[in-house]
Amino acid sequence: MIATEFTPLTSLVGGALIGLATVGAMLALGRIMGATGILSGAVLPTSWRDWSWRAAMLLGMAVGPAAYLAVTGQWPAISIPISREMIVVGGFVVGVGVTLGGGCTSGHGVCGLARIARRSLIAVPVFMLGAAASVFVIRHVVGG
Amino acid sequence: MRLAASFLIGLVFGVGIVISGMANPAKVLNFFDVAGAWDPSLIFVMGGALGVTFIGYRLVWRRRAPLFDSQFHIPARSDVDLRLIGGSALFGVGWGIAGFCPGGALPALGTGIADVFWFVGALIAGMLSTRAVITFAPIRTALQK
Repeated sequence: MIATEFTPLTSLVGGALIGLATVGAMLALGRIMGATGILSGAVLPTSWRDWSWRAAMLLGMAVGPAAYLAVTGQWPAISIPISREMIVVGGFVVGVGVTLGGGCTSGHGVCGLARIARRSLIAVPVFMLGAAASVFVIRHVVGG
Repeated sequence: MRLAASFLIGLVFGVGIVISGMANPAKVLNFFDVAGAWDPSLIFVMGGALGVTFIGYRLVWRRRAPLFDSQFHIPARSDVDLRLIGGSALFGVGWGIAGFCPGGALPALGTGIADVFWFVGALIAGMLSTRAVITFAPIRTALQK
């Protein structure tokens, strides 16, 4: 377990930028900015027109850390206190879950809640509780 | 223009994600660890993102159409089924195991850290195999009848 610093201001600014991008996607493309939907449409393309904006957006996302480096002079802090096996297991479970549930933190959590969508009002508390339960079991039941 | 705008939107999202801490599994897992090393920062990420989106969406929807499309593409479903609840629960469990959600991991690919590529590879494998089951299971059932 790695202790992390409480960062209300930078987290608020980061969140506002996420919101800005989300509004931008609606303004420019009329699309929901959900990472699950954007990725799955990029992996299983239906047409060039639909694939190209997803690919451009994913490319932009991946440039994010380098842009952060250019401005601040350091790479963003990413510490992974988990084994590679757990990363792969977790990744697969997330992939199954977001496909069945039709969205993740960005799609349901930001776009869906902002739309006051009924499905998102259910999905968000369910996945938040799921994550809290998962962390509790791993850290305090199994690991404790 | 459309693709340049898409790239820029992705970039703003990616920068927001890395500033906010959503791409940092240590921070994400501590957010969920209320009984341990609790770090409530991510509440502020959600607050900032939701506040801007809530107001911004309503301003954008005054338009008849988006800039580069003839219509808005907004999910129409409102039914709550077991698939939504079970899928969301599974997503939460996986998020708690790995510390990455899809929106946190995709920008983090740009750091070149190998674990992020393993996560995204597993994520895509989970997505595709679920899609395959959803698509082919009903066909198989129908053929067996």
